[in-house]
Amino acid sequence: MAIIIALISGVLFGFGLIIAGMSNPQKILGFLDISGNWDPSLLITMAVAMAISAVAFFIAKKRQNTFLGDKMVLPTHSQIDKSLVIGSLLFGVGWGLAGICPGPGILLAGAGYMKGVTFLVSMIFGMMIHTKLNIKK
Amino acid sequence: MMLNWAEFTPISAAIGGIFIGIAVTVFILFSGRIAGISGILANALTLHSGLGWRIAFIAGLMITPWLYSFFVSEPLVTIAAGYPLIIIAGLLVGLGTRMANGCTSGHGICGLARLSKRSLIAVMVFMVSAFFTVWMMRHALV
Repeated sequence: MAIIIALISGVLFGFGLIIAGMSNPQKILGFLDISGNWDPSLLITMAVAMAISAVAFFIAKKRQNTFLGDKMVLPTHSQIDKSLVIGSLLFGVGWGLAGICPGPGILLAGAGYMKGVTFLVSMIFGMMIHTKLNIKK
Repeated sequence: MMLNWAEFTPISAAIGGIFIGIAVTVFILFSGRIAGISGILANALTLHSGLGWRIAFIAGLMITPWLYSFFVSEPLVTIAAGYPLIIIAGLLVGLGTRMANGCTSGHGICGLARLSKRSLIAVMVFMVSAFFTVWMMRHALV
């Protein structure tokens, strides 16, 4: 059942990205280019997605278990550390260079774009570097 | 700053947002988990338990372009960056999202929706960092 739920969520998420135009790196760069001709579309996508999610998390926080009876796994970290800031800084640079973040990267690889596959493989390498170096929090 | 009205697509942006919001909702209320994509991918590579649902989520994302083209049309995609830039970008995104424990989905959408202070800091940092990078690439270094 967990697998079916995850598959449905993944497909819905992917559809959202495509409909919003977020699977197109050029569109993302148009949003990130605030000093040029700014395209605020992504802001709307995020605001709408966030508003709906906020209701879901409000419900989730009040429950011990999911609707299927499994345990709710909400993040417990609350510490703002160097790793969070430096990591976000590096992620922002990478996002700005190509206009691709993890979701659209996976999606573009799935769509069969060689550049998408290249991005996904590089991203996995980046994640493995983190595991290998075992960067402390 | 000037608004690019020709590229601004508020309606499709909002509909896309609704889909993403529903995806997050289904995932938290039925699976009890955060739809944070970088974390799901990274843990699919390192964790041995819960491999099935993580692969299923990623597979779901990967098949959507195909499903979408089946119902609607081929999604419009332009990847302007060349291969060297794509590789550097991928490495930075992979390393950065692991250090920060989240990306646009986990910190951006889910974290802010949960009112997490940690996520708010992450989002502010990666947004400013990305704005600055695009400014450098498009306006300062050209």
